[in-house]
Amino acid sequence: MEYSEMVMDHFKNPRNKGIIKNPDGIGEVGNPICGDMMKIMIKVEDERIIDIKFSTLGCGAAIAVSSIVTDMAKGKTLKEAMKITKQEVAKTLGELPKNELHCANLGADALHMAIIDYYNRIAGKQKDTSREKVDYIGKRKGKCYCPYCDTVFLSETLFCAKCGKPTAGQNK
Amino acid sequence: MNTIYFDHISATPLHPLVKETMINFIQNDNFGNPLSQHHIGDAAVEALEGARDQVAQLIHANPEEIVFTSSGTESINHAIKGVAFAKFKKGKHIVSTNIEHQSVARTLRVLMRLGYQVTAIPVDKYGLVDPKDVEKAITEDTILVSIMHANNEIGTIEPIAEIGKITSAKNVLFHTDAVASGGNIPINVDELGVDLLSMAANQFYGPSGAGALYIRPKTEIFPLIDGGTQENNRRAGTQNILGNVGMGKAAELARMEMPQRTEHLLKLKKAFIEKLNTLEEIHINGHPELSLPGLVSVSVEYVEGESMMIMLEGEGICVSTRSACAAGSLRASHVLIATGCDYVTAQGTLIFSFGTGNTLDDIDKAFAALNKSVTFLRSMSPLYKKK
Repeated sequence: MEYSEMVMDHFKNPRNKGIIKNPDGIGEVGNPICGDMMKIMIKVEDERIIDIKFSTLGCGAAIAVSSIVTDMAKGKTLKEAMKITKQEVAKTLGELPKNELHCANLGADALHMAIIDYYNRIAGKQKDTSREKVDYIGKRKGKCYCPYCDTVFLSETLFCAKCGKPTAGQNK
Repeated sequence: MNTIYFDHISATPLHPLVKETMINFIQNDNFGNPLSQHHIGDAAVEALEGARDQVAQLIHANPEEIVFTSSGTESINHAIKGVAFAKFKKGKHIVSTNIEHQSVARTLRVLMRLGYQVTAIPVDKYGLVDPKDVEKAITEDTILVSIMHANNEIGTIEPIAEIGKITSAKNVLFHTDAVASGGNIPINVDELGVDLLSMAANQFYGPSGAGALYIRPKTEIFPLIDGGTQENNRRAGTQNILGNVGMGKAAELARMEMPQRTEHLLKLKKAFIEKLNTLEEIHINGHPELSLPGLVSVSVEYVEGESMMIMLEGEGICVSTRSACAAGSLRASHVLIATGCDYVTAQGTLIFSFGTGNTLDDIDKAFAALNKSVTFLRSMSPLYKKK
């Protein structure tokens, strides 16, 4: 197993898992290819995150990232929390396998989206649903597409002519 | 902590008698080159041909029809590219399926770049190919049909004998990837009607790095590796004689022990599936009956496979997953997607493959660990709502 001790600790003993009833902001992100899905809820008082919880469907890295990013944001002002970068999350967590760095991106993105959602709510704006189409797990029916480079084909094909990777079954 | 190994579809441990045979072979100073024209070389030839005979008997073939290779993957590459290159003047069309192992799928991809056309036959919800679809897909340009004998992810055993009748009637060469099935279920190359069949020793308690390709006599095929005259001019390069000797012994043992092994594995499989069925919202993948005796693929809703795998690893239980995060690829299993499984469910899949050394006690421990991990992971899943 390639995970560091810190990743394993946050995976096995996740901090801040659960839900907040009537949260002030919710951020949801997902990766359509690997299927990870992350939801972060925040409670805000005087521009400060006083409570934060997550629920995550994903690999060990995704769960560990959810745990650490909520730990990092807890108690911070919204401005400070917005400055938490994906690089910082990955660094705090120690080494992450290269192919799972995207999980750190999800964690920072979910946090930022929860904060943006909070600001939108107090400004009375509608929830932005445009991202759901790309963020949620692939539901693109009727077209054969390459899950790697996103090339769409006119008819079913076993392999992507652009990047060469197999597309078999992706159009089901 | 004792390890419970449930990943025999990736590699099996060496059978003690295989190990003993290989150690004896080394201790007897067998180092000769089979092409050498002296008694040291003759001893190597004898060992090699003995092993060839043992492998041939396992699949009811003749020894001269067996070519030793470095792996199942090499056997597959040899079969597919070998036929494609030998027959390119006749046609450039190959029929395969949507659920082949990467060693077939990627080989076909290379050929597509060289101008060959591939028709991928879809499968049903159990992963079964309909022979009628194969018949329809064959055209005048078809030079090869390559369909796996048993699927390495869901265990479904394909109707190879029925497809063999079709390819024979249409005079098209037929290859089957029997890497997952070879040594684990009965194989008779004549009954299956195949012209080429690929196997690997590490799937039936033999050593890794030893494979074989069955080639029916008079099959037009180019060698994959050129050089010397080894393997009757069909594969150049000095043979892995130690590996071949181990493979031969493993083949002999598989042939003799198969009924008892099958009975044992089916007992474990039945017990495990009974326990799995007590869990909420799970799916057992593959065909309920036409399936490898020692393999169970289970998809658990609202949980990701790699997370479960890590938790089981923490309890000393080794399983595999096609939820690809750990394997370097992020996409869901193409096999499960081809059977109609949705992406999220496919990502929550674990493959338990049992072996002769496993016990019912192992099943109990593995299930208890799985149950614990599923409860833990579902408790933080945004999709799971407890009923």
